[in-house]
Amino acid sequence: MSDLPKPIDQIQGKPAFATPLTPRRRAILVGSSRGIGAALARKLAGEGYILALLDRNAELLQAVSDEINRTYNETRAMSYAHDVTDYDSVPALLRRVIADLGGLDLFVYIAGVIYFPDINEFNFEEDRKMVEVNLLGGMAWLSQIASLFQSMKGGQIVGISSVAGDRGRVGNPGYNTSKAGLTCYLEALRNRLTRHGVQVITVKPGFVKTEMIKDVQRTPFAVTAEQAAEGIWNAIRRRKQVVYISGIWRWIMLTIQHIPSVVFRRMSF
Amino acid sequence: MNNTFTQFENFGHSLKAPSYCLHPTTSGEIHEIFHLAKKTGLTVNARGGGRSYNDAALNGGGILLDMSAMNQFLEWDPASGRVRCEPGVTLEQLWKKVLPDGWWPPVASGTMFTTLGGCLAANIHGKNNFRMGPIGEHVVEFTALLPTGAEVACSPKKNGDLYYSMISGLGMLGIFTSITMQMKKMHSGLLEVHAWPTRTLKDHLTSLEDGAPHYDYIVGWLDTINTIGHGQIHAANYLHEGEDPEAQKTIRLSYQHLPDRLFGVMPKSLLHYFLTPFANNPGWGLVNQAKYIASLRRSVFRESHAAFHFLLDYVPLWELSYGRGGLIQHQSFLPKETALHAWTEMLALAKKQGLPSYLGVTKRHRPDKFLLTHAVDGFSLALDFKVTDGNRARLHRLLQEYDRIVLANGGRFYFAKNSETSPETARTFLGEETIAKFRKLKKRCDPNGLLESDLFRRVFGG
Repeated sequence: MSDLPKPIDQIQGKPAFATPLTPRRRAILVGSSRGIGAALARKLAGEGYILALLDRNAELLQAVSDEINRTYNETRAMSYAHDVTDYDSVPALLRRVIADLGGLDLFVYIAGVIYFPDINEFNFEEDRKMVEVNLLGGMAWLSQIASLFQSMKGGQIVGISSVAGDRGRVGNPGYNTSKAGLTCYLEALRNRLTRHGVQVITVKPGFVKTEMIKDVQRTPFAVTAEQAAEGIWNAIRRRKQVVYISGIWRWIMLTIQHIPSVVFRRMSF
Repeated sequence: MNNTFTQFENFGHSLKAPSYCLHPTTSGEIHEIFHLAKKTGLTVNARGGGRSYNDAALNGGGILLDMSAMNQFLEWDPASGRVRCEPGVTLEQLWKKVLPDGWWPPVASGTMFTTLGGCLAANIHGKNNFRMGPIGEHVVEFTALLPTGAEVACSPKKNGDLYYSMISGLGMLGIFTSITMQMKKMHSGLLEVHAWPTRTLKDHLTSLEDGAPHYDYIVGWLDTINTIGHGQIHAANYLHEGEDPEAQKTIRLSYQHLPDRLFGVMPKSLLHYFLTPFANNPGWGLVNQAKYIASLRRSVFRESHAAFHFLLDYVPLWELSYGRGGLIQHQSFLPKETALHAWTEMLALAKKQGLPSYLGVTKRHRPDKFLLTHAVDGFSLALDFKVTDGNRARLHRLLQEYDRIVLANGGRFYFAKNSETSPETARTFLGEETIAKFRKLKKRCDPNGLLESDLFRRVFGG
C-alpha cells in the first residue's frame, strides 16, 4: 500500500459496527489531546460516538484515546498524529480516517494556538503562526469536509472560534484576526451548505480554564473545559447556529461590538 | 478521485452509510477501480438494487460500485430459453424480456428490483425454493473479475469451488461480469392460485408441508400481531399447454400489471403516505385482522405471474411508511422438526414484550450446496419490525433472544435480511469448516482485502 499516514493507536481491533438497533454516530475532532478538545472527546465518547482524534502531540493524544477505550471497554477512539499546518496532507488523511471510522456524521475543528504580545509589540512571526493554525488549518480541513458533506446532503460541522473574533481589539490583533477569519469562514459555509442539509455551528468560548490561559491574570466568567464541552454538546444536540460559552459572553460582546469606534479606539481594552 | 460522497441506506431505511460512489460500465473500469482502491487504501463493494434489509450493499467510508450501468442483455435465445446478461440487469428487465417469448425466471424474489449480481451474491430463494432451490441452481455459468485482476469463468464443472462460493458469497470474492441462466418454459401468462386460511401455527406449517408437493409455488402469510397462527396460504401452479385459451394474450407484458389502485380506489403512488398513520401496533393490528377476515373463504383463481410473485412491489415505496427509524427484518430458517416449537416460542415472546412484527411471511425450503447457504429442509419465517427510538433497545434484546432460539433449534439465517446477526451466531450456524473454507477462498481471490462491505466487517470481522 502507499505511504499513507497510519493511525498511531489502532485497536483492540476495529471500532464497533453500526446496526439499525445499535446505531453509531462518527466524529472527527482536530485538536483533541488536551483542553476543550480532550474534554469534548470524552463527552462525545460518553454519548456513544465513535471518534477519530487528531493532534500534533501524539503521546498526549494516545493517552486520551486509551483512557476512552478503557472506560468503555471497546474501541471508541482512534488517534492520528497530525500537524494542521501540513495542509497538503489533509485530503489523504481525511480519506483514511473516514475509511477507518466507516462514515462521518460530525466534524469539529478545535485546534488553536495563542501568543500574548505586549501592548506595544508587533510580532508578525507569532501572528503568522496563529493564522496558520487557527485559520488556515481550519480552512484546509473545513473545505474538505464541506465538500464531502455537501455531496452527502447531511452532516454537522462545528468550528471552535472565540469571542476574540468578534472585534479587533488592542490586546491581541493577531489572535483576533485569526478567530475573526474563522468565524467569517464558518458563516460563509453555513450560508453555502444549509441548503444541502448540512449544519454549521460556530462556537465562541470566552475564557476556558485550559493550558492556553494559564498565564492570564484576569479571566472573568471562566468555565472549565468540561463545562465548555457540555455547552458544545448541547449546541450539537439542539442544532444551534452560533453559541457563546458561557452564554453571558453573547451580551458582553454585543455591547463591545457596539461601542462606537471614536470611543473604542481610545480604550485600552 | 473526487469527493462525490453519497449517503446510502439499506432497503428498510433503518441504516445509512456514506460511500464514494462510482459507476463502472465495463469490467475494464472495475479493474481500474481495484487499482484505485489499492492506491488510496479504500475498500470496494458492489451495490445492485440495494434491496437488502441489512448492510450487505453498504460500505461506509469506502467505495461503492453502482452496478446499475452494467445492465445490458448480451445474448437471448428464445428457442432454448438461455439468457446471458450483465450483472446490473434487474429481475424486472429479465422477466419483461423473456415472458413475451414464453419463458419465466426459474427463481424470483418478492421484489423485481433486485439485480442479478445481487441475486447471485445473496443466492436468493423464491416461493418455490422447496422444489427449484435457490437461483444459483439455474445459473449455467458466470464470469467474474477477481480483485487480483484475473477474469474467471465458473460453472458447476469448471472452477466449481468458485462457482459454489461466489454464488452466496455476498460479493466478497469478486464482481460478476456476466451471468448465463436457463429460463423456464411457460404456456401462459397466468398461474392458477389456490388460497385458504389457517387457524393455528401447526395448521399453517402442516399446510405448507403437505401442500408443497402438489404445487409449483407455495407461500404463507401469518398475522403475527393479533394471534399466533391466523394466516393464509397461497399456492400456485403453472398452466400446461392448452389450459389457457388466451395464452397469446396473457403472455404479453401489458397483461402482467400489478394492481393499479388499492381496492380500486386509492392511486398506488400515494399509498405509502396513507400507510404511515397505520404503522404502529394498533394500525397494523387492524390491517392484519382485516386481511385474515378477507381470506376466510377458500378460493381458486387465476393471477398473472407478476401479480403472484412481486408482492413487495404492490405498494410503491411502502418501506417509507415505517417512519424515521425505518424497518428491519428477522428471517429464520428452521428444520421442519423444530420450526413449530421455535416459532411458537418466538412469537409468544414478541407478544409478551409488546413488540409484534407487522408482517409475517412463511415459505417451504430444501437444502442446497452453496457455501454460505441459508436454506434447510424446513421452513422460513420472515418478520418485519418497525424501528423507533423508543423500542430500539428492547427490540435488540428480543432479536438476540430470537437468534439464540433459532440456533438452539438447528436453524440458519439469510445474509440479505437480518441486520443484527453477530459473528458468533454466524460461526455457530455456518460451522468452523465453512468459515475456514470461505476465508481461504477470500485470501486466494482477494489477497489485499479490497472487497469489503459493512456486512462482511460485521459478520466475518473484515
